[in-house]
Amino acid sequence: MSIIQRGLRSLFLGELLSGMSLTFRYMFKPKATLNYPYEKGPISPRFRGEHALRRYANGEERCIACKLCEAICPAQAITIEAEPRDDGSRRTTRYDIDMTKCIYCGFCEEACPVDAIVEGPNFEFATETREELFYDKARLLANGDRWEVEIAANLEKDAPYR
Amino acid sequence: MAETEIKPLTLNFGPQHPAAHGVLRLVLDMDGEIIERADPHIGLLHRGTEKLIEYKTYLQAVPYFDRLDYVAPMNQEHAFALAVEKLLGITAPPRAQYIRVLYSEIGRLLNHLLNIAAFALDVGAITPIFWAFEEREKLMEFYERASGARMHAAYFRPGGVHQDLPAGLIEDIGRFCETFPRHIEHLETLLTDNRIFRQRTVDIGIISVEDAMDWGFTGPMLRGSGVAWDLRKAQPYECYEDLEFDIPVGKNGDCFDRYLVRIEEMRQSIHIMQQCLQQMPEGPVVVQDQKLTPPRRAEMKTSMEALIHHFKLYTEGYHVPVGETYTAVEAPKGEFGVYLVADGTNRPYRCKIRAPGFAHLSAMDFMCRGHMLADSVAVLGSMDIVFGEVDR
Repeated sequence: MSIIQRGLRSLFLGELLSGMSLTFRYMFKPKATLNYPYEKGPISPRFRGEHALRRYANGEERCIACKLCEAICPAQAITIEAEPRDDGSRRTTRYDIDMTKCIYCGFCEEACPVDAIVEGPNFEFATETREELFYDKARLLANGDRWEVEIAANLEKDAPYR
Repeated sequence: MAETEIKPLTLNFGPQHPAAHGVLRLVLDMDGEIIERADPHIGLLHRGTEKLIEYKTYLQAVPYFDRLDYVAPMNQEHAFALAVEKLLGITAPPRAQYIRVLYSEIGRLLNHLLNIAAFALDVGAITPIFWAFEEREKLMEFYERASGARMHAAYFRPGGVHQDLPAGLIEDIGRFCETFPRHIEHLETLLTDNRIFRQRTVDIGIISVEDAMDWGFTGPMLRGSGVAWDLRKAQPYECYEDLEFDIPVGKNGDCFDRYLVRIEEMRQSIHIMQQCLQQMPEGPVVVQDQKLTPPRRAEMKTSMEALIHHFKLYTEGYHVPVGETYTAVEAPKGEFGVYLVADGTNRPYRCKIRAPGFAHLSAMDFMCRGHMLADSVAVLGSMDIVFGEVDR
């Protein structure tokens, strides 16, 4: 570009006008925003959201208290206590996750040999108080019951890669 | 009338100032509008990452690296994964290397998009940040589809990557690579020739080649001054040797040149990503050594040996032979290095993290001295500071 051209462009605010015309054109583009609580972005089957403890189809809880998740958890957010149950099977008596400590790395799900603890697709579990985020076993099993359909579908979709 | 000496005004910039890019507290000694001394106070985001890692197994340390430079998480994991691999004497399989390079370049785009947009916002242009975040959203979707998390991926593991890319992802990234250069052009239309942007950045925060090297600058900060130093070319790691790309360099070493270098680096990143997508080989994505990487799930459920390996790896982890290494990668901000000392146990004895932002920020006083107050914001913006890695 010659000096004269540059001077004219500068004099008539050329670069400002071309910028403004570009932003003006953006006005007629389809919107990129989502109307959030009513519309949500897509999430993949691998998404690591709120934790859930799953059950077998017959209603028996999957977790066998092997404590692998407790061992691998980098943030030490999981606390497990276990005892043999009346029928002789080993089950957890306590399974707590401190969701304020959890860093959502997904290692617990990776480590679990029976697919009991999973990080489900739910990401809307904000609470009003801190105490509500100290999940106990009942809460985690309830999560599992609530999200089982989605979790099972996601695990099946991701199975070839695991 | 007798002249009275007025002490320089001390001005606190940050830690809540929106242009402080996080939690920088800058104590400025002002002579009117001129900065006499800039004293950065850091440590407000210190989490003791290095010490924490000494108490974690090698696998457990991976997610902590995401949280250093949280703008481009996977690049940090990359340095750690390479360091552990070096100590173990293994190399990731070719497909893993290509996936890692692909995602490192996505990280570079994530970082430069945010930096350019936030820099423009700091000097008075609000539109680029909206456009850049739209593109960042698409890139974070790629992160999420591969790893399950939009930011804190924990995807690069010592020995490879966690899981193979899901079907269809490579095609989608390819489509993104075709449309993205147009968005870079749009950003450039708004900024490169814009007189306001130029007035705020040209000849601001000039740093010469010698000074840049003395202060330990790396990455776009050094290249903006005109040194073609890029670890991807200088000491190629992974499959960067087989990929073709150029190193953009600046001429004057001012804020504007650093901006231009970042713009061009984004174009080169797209070029690298396209080559990765084309050349991506088939095969495993993690080393097939059951003493280092967990077995596949189906195998773990049927084979006793695999189950034992699985339990061992998720409780004790693997032992890394005695040794030490300094492994660095070209992170978007500069040379990100991990100095790892292994004592033969399952945890690192020491893990020192060399964050590029720390070296850049230490030159804040040198670069700001004599400039106007408003220029400190431009200098800071062009430095590309993220406090996750500065404070560690």
